[in-house]
Amino acid sequence: MSSQDFVRSLPQWNRLGGPRRLVRVHLDPWLLLLLLSVIGFGLVVLYSALEQNQAAFNTQLMRLGLALVVMLVAAQLEPRFFLRWSPWFYVLGIGLLVLVLFMGVSVKGAQRWLDLPGLPRFQPSELLKLAVPMTIAWYLNDRPLPPRFRYLCVALLILALPSMLIAMQPDLGTAILVTAAGLTVIFLAGLQWRWILGAGAVAMAALPALWMAMHDYQRQRVLTLFDPERDPLGAGWNIIQSKTAIGSGGLTGKGLFQGTQSHLDFLPESQTDFIIAVVAEELGLIGISVLLLLYLLIIARCLYIATHAPSTFGRLVAGAVTLTFFVYVFVNIAMVAGLLPVVGVPLPLISYGGTSAITLLAGFGILMSIHTHRGW
Amino acid sequence: MNTQRQIKDPSAEQRQFSARALLLLLLVLLAFAGLFARMFQLQVLEYDLYQTRSDKNRIQVRPVAPPRGLIFDRNGELLAENRPVFTLSIVGERVGNLPQRLEELAELIDLSDREIENFVERYQRRRRPFEPIPLKTVLSEEEIARLAVNRFRLPGVEVEAQLVRHYPQGPMMAHAIGSVRRISEADLPRLDASRYSGTQFVGRQGVEQYYENTLHGQVGYEKVEIDARGRVRKVLETQPPTAGRNIRLHLDSRLQRAATAALGDRRGAIVALDPSSGGVLAMVSTPSYDPNLFVTGMSQAQYRTLTESRLTPMFNRAINGRYAPGSTIKPAIGLAGISLGKTDWQRTMNDRGWFQLPGQQRIYRDWSWRPGNAGGQGITDLNRAIYRSSNVYFYELASRMDIDDLSGFLAQFGLGQATAADIPQQGRGVLPNREWKRQTRNEPWYPGDNLNISIGQGDMLVTPLQLATMTAVIANRGNWVRPRMLASAEDPLVELDLAEDPAPVEGPSAADWERMVDAMADVVHRGDRGYQQNGTAWFHIGRNIAYRMAGKSGTAQVVEIRQGERYDEDELSEFERKHAWFIAFAPADDPQIALAVIVENGGGGSSVAGPVARAVIDAYLTPQIAKR
Repeated sequence: MSSQDFVRSLPQWNRLGGPRRLVRVHLDPWLLLLLLSVIGFGLVVLYSALEQNQAAFNTQLMRLGLALVVMLVAAQLEPRFFLRWSPWFYVLGIGLLVLVLFMGVSVKGAQRWLDLPGLPRFQPSELLKLAVPMTIAWYLNDRPLPPRFRYLCVALLILALPSMLIAMQPDLGTAILVTAAGLTVIFLAGLQWRWILGAGAVAMAALPALWMAMHDYQRQRVLTLFDPERDPLGAGWNIIQSKTAIGSGGLTGKGLFQGTQSHLDFLPESQTDFIIAVVAEELGLIGISVLLLLYLLIIARCLYIATHAPSTFGRLVAGAVTLTFFVYVFVNIAMVAGLLPVVGVPLPLISYGGTSAITLLAGFGILMSIHTHRGW
Repeated sequence: MNTQRQIKDPSAEQRQFSARALLLLLLVLLAFAGLFARMFQLQVLEYDLYQTRSDKNRIQVRPVAPPRGLIFDRNGELLAENRPVFTLSIVGERVGNLPQRLEELAELIDLSDREIENFVERYQRRRRPFEPIPLKTVLSEEEIARLAVNRFRLPGVEVEAQLVRHYPQGPMMAHAIGSVRRISEADLPRLDASRYSGTQFVGRQGVEQYYENTLHGQVGYEKVEIDARGRVRKVLETQPPTAGRNIRLHLDSRLQRAATAALGDRRGAIVALDPSSGGVLAMVSTPSYDPNLFVTGMSQAQYRTLTESRLTPMFNRAINGRYAPGSTIKPAIGLAGISLGKTDWQRTMNDRGWFQLPGQQRIYRDWSWRPGNAGGQGITDLNRAIYRSSNVYFYELASRMDIDDLSGFLAQFGLGQATAADIPQQGRGVLPNREWKRQTRNEPWYPGDNLNISIGQGDMLVTPLQLATMTAVIANRGNWVRPRMLASAEDPLVELDLAEDPAPVEGPSAADWERMVDAMADVVHRGDRGYQQNGTAWFHIGRNIAYRMAGKSGTAQVVEIRQGERYDEDELSEFERKHAWFIAFAPADDPQIALAVIVENGGGGSSVAGPVARAVIDAYLTPQIAKR
């Protein structure tokens, strides 16, 4: 089985000359096309949000180029490779997180970055976004599913350790993403409904305790969400301005480069976390719809890949990557639109910055690897 | 069963996974539908709301303050102008390391602890993002240059220019023209909100207050697109402001300078008028203050020194100081006696140095009285009573007059009234009569009160401006021109609706006026005849004089000298000593200038105030005499 390239024998690929070559280099043409569409769309909006700053734009181009190379490389590796190395990624990630606690670099009061000699400054928590779901998938791969209670506990432990370390930095956004990715794996592994519902009930009951445990600034963000006007120049400023940007875009938008909220600096973080408001302001509901549709198609394609994966590991990892991507999109847009508290989650593949793009495209690379190596 | 369960069932797991994946897909679709619905709500349903908000954010109608009208003196010298002042502000969001930036700034410019303290306090308060917080309000040229050179390494540090009032003559003109002050809460009700929307200062006191409407001008507007930092990105529409109109005053800076110098560091006031036009040529009140401090700001300590000093530099003595006129009132009393038929130029009496009312013990003294009831001016007529300043002559005259008649006559000289046309907050003084005394003291009028009034003591109070006005009326032989500051303006002024001049003084004939002027000229010029025969001021100012001056000295008591006590200068503290007065006009037959001088607690009128008056008139007439 493993020696035979199953994919190449599929008839529909043989009919098309181009995609067959892409398949030989282990790339999924549909997913690639959709990703490039979103990236292209994002670059146009970013060019506007960056005030047409060529230097910054070039930096972003290089980052995205690098991320695409990472995806390309990941797609070439066999799923077996990921299966074997998952726990070691995980161990490495945990080690780096502990290192961050002791010698991390503080930015704006949160200790998230690691500045090791010889390496560019990076956030180890980023690594965990992939390592956690992969390791849980690795752990469950050999075990019968739905998982028994014992296995479930181990899986939850694998998840809880890094989530807590990340939340301690504190980096709520990333902790949520990592937890979501891990829980997705467990959910997709077929966790019984009674446990899901039970956990949900416990979580609801624990909300007050969570509220007490939150940092002041985090509580502020939640309160601001419910009533931005209570502090219009302080914590509410971001939400009020982003809603104003979105709403004033209307159906067709103010036109590319014409957004007043973003270009007159009323909209904070317009190049990073709040860039969706620039899309809404300049391209209107139509632009938003196009982008949402592209995201939806990516998620659909990924779920298709996940359901067609031949191994438990493949299925679970693919499903987790997909859902991480979804959580990114949803949390970011809902936050900017004033539906969720402000947490530092970028809009995937569009926000200025390279870290999340590299992680996400590496994940998509793994998906492509799973899909194009179905022979093993 | 356990063992069965432990065996993996790939196809069952596959089905299970597919079911779950489908569930996730549904969840995703639902979530996306939710996002779309939210966007639809914001962008379509609530579009109008946010569109308005966005425009309100970026479009601002900004008032543009009009430049305030300039004030010139009669020779075209600038008394009040507008000057750019540079303010240093810091934008917290862009400044980076604040303590370090403040340290760097302190090396470049002069920063006081108080400035830093104020700044930190304002900085810590909640504020709009990117709002610039002022750190130093007035930068010197040198500091601006140094900041400009270092601009590149000072992010978040901004320098903004603003036109503010500047008084190039500083303290010298402060009391004459007044000044502008920062608009306060208390001013708001009486200021037109839209007209003053761009204005930070309003005229307070003096010409600046009286001609506020003319000087202020019309506000302009600018519709601008601003960014979140409040910076203007684009000007969409403009309606330029109309500058305030320039005005020219009667004031003569050179005379003002001479008058200020003549008073020196003594406390006092001088008001000099042009008798033909009523124009105020000089108005000095010392000590004074620098009006520029109120524009550019001063420290608490500086302000406290100004307001709490016993020397009261903020107090305009020239128009608000209330003093007993002393003997300077005698020419008017004499004219009253003539007009009321109580005396004439021939009538004489024997001044033995003291006076008693019939049936009363109390002794009213002459200034020349000596112990043992010695002294006095001897046989005295009205002319001699003026040039020797005989108290006894006027006691005797007043004892025969009715106070209401006397008071009514004196009122014709503007005493007890505010007669200046365009001087706000001018004092009215006190011109007592029976009615006044009953109302304020609930006492009847006593014959002794007449005697006090006749030598300018008792309840009578005047301002230097009032005495200068009275002097001008005498110089004009009874004809009136209201004192005024404004000489001319570019256009007819809103405020130029000055009250009509009062009617000429009724009573004295033309000959009476001339004889009174002659008597006043004798005060200055009658000399070299022995002490008893000389004018009281001759020795001090009457020698080597190139023109004919008419004057009258006065010495006003500050504390009451009780019966039998002696006035001993050394025993009294500085603030209890007598005030020295001198009123004068010149040339006596063609008056160009009439003035009143007071030196607070200065002592004798002739010896102390007289030379000041002479110096001022010299400064005004000498260039004119030289021209002829």
